[in-house]
Amino acid sequence: MGSMGAEVDKVFKALAAPERRLLLDRLRADNGQTLGQLCTHLEMTRQAVTKHLKLLEEATLVVTIWRGREKLHYLNPMPIHEIAERWIDKYERGRLRALAELKAKLEGEDNG
Amino acid sequence: MAESQFVYVTYIRTTAEKLWRALTEPEFTRRFWHDTIQECEWMPGASWRIVTPDGRTADSGEVVEIEPYRRLVLTWLHHLHPEAHAEGYSRLTYTLEEKGEVVKLTVLHEMDKSGSKLIKAISGGWPMILASLKSLLETGESLEATRRWPEGM
Repeated sequence: MGSMGAEVDKVFKALAAPERRLLLDRLRADNGQTLGQLCTHLEMTRQAVTKHLKLLEEATLVVTIWRGREKLHYLNPMPIHEIAERWIDKYERGRLRALAELKAKLEGEDNG
Repeated sequence: MAESQFVYVTYIRTTAEKLWRALTEPEFTRRFWHDTIQECEWMPGASWRIVTPDGRTADSGEVVEIEPYRRLVLTWLHHLHPEAHAEGYSRLTYTLEEKGEVVKLTVLHEMDKSGSKLIKAISGGWPMILASLKSLLETGESLEATRRWPEGM
């Protein structure tokens, strides 16, 4: 493990690509998928998905666990939680959540 | 996949032995796990429960597998929220791996049921408890928000 700064750099770099955010969204919807499952319905080659997953794993945003012969990918909430802890005061959290819920309701969607 | 799963991986600057003690011994859990303790004899088949500061059982189950300082598997039934309780037993696995100066802790909490209310609820609770555990082991201080039992719960 490097310094705290280097770890945070990796997280932001990993998040700075729509393809990688899409992969995180897919895991959020259905946690614990194989590479093959993650590749279905994606307009990316298997090689591209593998490359993006590697960057996500280096940032510990994605972790893998072996289940028998299957390597399953999971979303790891730890790095984003640490970032939130660093900049969001605990007293602001309730109000921010209420505002986010209001925005979602007004916009008629929950993926804003 | 027809299951609900929560996974959390964190790297903690400590030893596997200290981390194991922190996860199981009351003098540690009280400080980062909302003032709760765990009652268990820590052997295969032993019953296990989390006790709130006012003596209620928050969660209970059995030790399925135990390999001190490396791996612990528990069955886990929640008791406080009726909807989560009605879902029945979930399963919790801690895996500890020493990697140089740090220990990689993997927490896997799963339920054989899609859209589990319990897994949704614990997905909000675990990150704070585990961040507090890391803080306690690395700095000697847990996070303030996790030192007391939440009011009204």
